Amino acid sequence: MTTVALRHRLAERGVDRVLLLLVPGAVFVALLFLYPFLYGLQLSFQPKDGGGPLANYRRFFTDAYLRDTIWITLRLGLPAALFNVLASIPIAYRMRGRFRGKRLITTLLVVPITLGTVLTAEGLIEYLSPVGWFNKVVMALGLVDEPVRLVHNYWGVLLSLVITGFPFAFLLTLSYLSGIDPTLERAAATLGASRGQRFRYITMPLLAPGLAVTFCLSFVLAFSVFPSAVMVGEPQGETHVISIAAYDTAFRDFDYSMGSAVAMIMALVMLVVIALVLLWRTTLYRGATGGKG
Amino acid sequence: MSGRFAELRVDRVRRAFGSHVALNDMDLTIKGGEFVALLGPSGCGKSTALNCLAGLLPLTGGRISLDGRRIDHLPPEKRGFGMVFQNYALFPHMSVRRNVGFGLTMRKVGKAELNRRVDEALRMVRLTEHAHKFPAQLSGGQQQRVAIARAIVLEPPLVLMDEPLSNLDAALRLEMRTEIRRLHQSLGLTTVYVTHDQEEALALADRLVVLRDGEVQQVGSPEEVYAHPANRYVAGFMGYRTMLPVTVTSWAGEHATAAVDGLTLTGVNRDRLTGGPAVAAIRPEDFAVTEQDGENTIRAEVEIVEYHGREQAVQARLPGGEPLHLRTTSRLAPGDAVRLRVPVERVLIFGADS
Ligand SMILES: Nc1ncnc2c1ncn2[C@@H]1O[C@H](COP(=O)(O)OP(=O)(O)OP(=O)(O)O)[C@@H](O)[C@H]1O
Ligand SMILES: [Mg+2]
Repeated sequence: MTTVALRHRLAERGVDRVLLLLVPGAVFVALLFLYPFLYGLQLSFQPKDGGGPLANYRRFFTDAYLRDTIWITLRLGLPAALFNVLASIPIAYRMRGRFRGKRLITTLLVVPITLGTVLTAEGLIEYLSPVGWFNKVVMALGLVDEPVRLVHNYWGVLLSLVITGFPFAFLLTLSYLSGIDPTLERAAATLGASRGQRFRYITMPLLAPGLAVTFCLSFVLAFSVFPSAVMVGEPQGETHVISIAAYDTAFRDFDYSMGSAVAMIMALVMLVVIALVLLWRTTLYRGATGGKG
Repeated sequence: MSGRFAELRVDRVRRAFGSHVALNDMDLTIKGGEFVALLGPSGCGKSTALNCLAGLLPLTGGRISLDGRRIDHLPPEKRGFGMVFQNYALFPHMSVRRNVGFGLTMRKVGKAELNRRVDEALRMVRLTEHAHKFPAQLSGGQQQRVAIARAIVLEPPLVLMDEPLSNLDAALRLEMRTEIRRLHQSLGLTTVYVTHDQEEALALADRLVVLRDGEVQQVGSPEEVYAHPANRYVAGFMGYRTMLPVTVTSWAGEHATAAVDGLTLTGVNRDRLTGGPAVAAIRPEDFAVTEQDGENTIRAEVEIVEYHGREQAVQARLPGGEPLHLRTTSRLAPGDAVRLRVPVERVLIFGADS
C-alpha cells in the first residue's frame, strides 16, 4: 500500500499525522504519572509485616483513626469545592463583557493563587488567631465575650481552602461563561424573559457542564489538602486529613507499603466523587454554546 | 404588550459610542402593518438602529413612542418586539419546539394553547418534521426559519430582522425572501428589516430608509428611491454605477446640460445647479448602443466585457479615460469603438459635493 493510500485510510478514521505530536506528551505522562502510580499500587499489596496482599487495606478500614480521615477530608473538600464554585458564579456572571476596571478586579480576585498556602496560612493566623485583629475588633465591639476560635481547627483549614481555591474556580467559571454567546440572552430578553429567567433557562443550563468540571477540579485540589491542614488546622485531631495519614505512615513510620495503600484509597475516593459528578453531567446538554470560547 | 398599533414614532433618536456617532438624530414614523427596510453599507448604523428599537441598546438621545406612549425607557422584555438576529441566536440546548415555544413559556401560556400555537408557527415556516431536532442538527436555512418562527409565534406588534438572509446561498436566499414577504402579508405583521442588499430591500419593502454613516439619506417607496434617488450617494447605492464628473454649462427648468471630455450630456438637474462641477449618474441598463450620432450620444471604447447570458456587462472608457458601465444585448468586444445614447430623463445630475 502506498503511503498516500494509508494516509487516506487513517484520515477516514480521524487519524492524522498531527496526532504524532501527542507522542512526547504521552510518553511524559506515562513516565511521570503512570509509572509511580503502578509502582505504588503494587507496593501497597506487599505489606511490611506480611498478612496477605490486602493486609494494608484491612488495617486502614479497621483502624478508626485512619478510617475517619476519609470522612474528615470529605467534610473539608466537598464544602470548600461547592462554596468556591457557587461563589464564583455570580461574580463571574457580573464580570462578563468589557467594562472599566475589569482587569484590576480580576487581578485582585486571582492574587491569592500566587500567595501559596504558606503565606495564606501565616496571614490567617495573624488575622484570625485569638489575639489577632479580627478577634480584637469583635471583642472591642462587644459582639462576643471570648475570642472566636477560627484557626487551628476545622474552620481555619476550610477558610484557607476557600482563599486558595476560589481564584481557580473563578477563572474557570469565567472562561466557561465567556464561551456562551451573549446574544442568546439578548434573544431571550426580546422573547419576554426577565433577568432571572434568562439566567435560569439560558445561562445556567449552558454553564452547568462547565461547572461540573470546575467542581471536580476544585474538589481534587481541596481533597489533597496538606500544608494548611498542618499549619492552620489541628493535624492530629479535627483536621487529620488523608494526605497527612499517608505522609505519616510513609515518612514518619517508614512504612512505604502502608503509605502507598493510603494514597491508593485517597485516589479511589476522589475518583468516586468525580465519577458521580460526571455521571450527573451526562444528563446535561453538552454541545456548542455558540460563543467564541 | 401585544397586538396591533397605529404608529411607531422614532424621534431624533441618537446613539453614540464614545465620540463616534453610530446613529445621528434618526426620524422615522412606521405605520402598523408596514414593511420598512433599513438599507445601507456595512457600518452605517443599521444594527444600531434596530437594537435601539428592540431596547437592547440604550439611546443617547431622542425618544421612541408607540401610539403616543413613550417606550424608549422600557427593557426589551417589556417592549415585546420580536427580533430575528443576524446569527439566529437559537438556544442550542433546546429542541426546535422548545425554542419556538420559549416566548410563550415565559408568558405562562397554558399548555394546550402553547402546543397549538407552536404547531401553527412551525407549519407556517414548514418545519413540522424537524420539531424534535436541536439547532445544531439543522441547515442554515432551517435555523433561520426557526428564528423567524420563534419571533412571530408571539404575534408581536413589531418584528425586527437583522440581515436574516446574509448567511444563506443565493437560491435559498430568494426562497426565504418570498417566504418572509408571504409571512408578513398573511399575518399582517409590522416589520423592520435590515439589509445591505438593495435588491432585497426593493423586493421586500413598502418603504425604504437609506442610511449612511448614521444619517438618514432618504425615506421613500421602492419606486421613489429607485427612480429618484435623493443624492448621488443614494444613487450609487441604487445601482447608478456610472458616475461621470462633469461641468454644468447650461440649465433650464428641470434640466441641465453638462460637458465632459468635449461631449455634452443633458439630464435631470436634481440639485438645481447653476453651473460648476457636478456628477452625472447613469444606470448600466439605460445606455443604448446606436449607429448614429445624435442627442445625448457619447463615444467610448470598450474595455472589459463580461458574459451574463442574454446580456453583456461592459466597461467602456470615454476618450478622457472616465469609465462607463453598461449592459447590452449587442455583442461587443474589447477595443470596439461604440456610440452610446442615454435618454435625458435617465441622466441624473447632482452637485459634486452633495
Ligand atoms: N459596541 C460598540 N462600540 C463602539 N462602536 C460600535 C459599537 N457597536 C457599533 N459600533 C460602531 O457603530 C457603527 C455602526 O455599527 P452597526 O453595527 O450599527 O453597523 P451595521 O450598519 O449594522 O453594519 P453591518 O452591515 O456590518 O452589520 C460602526 O461604525 C461600528 O464601528
Ligand atoms: Mg449589522
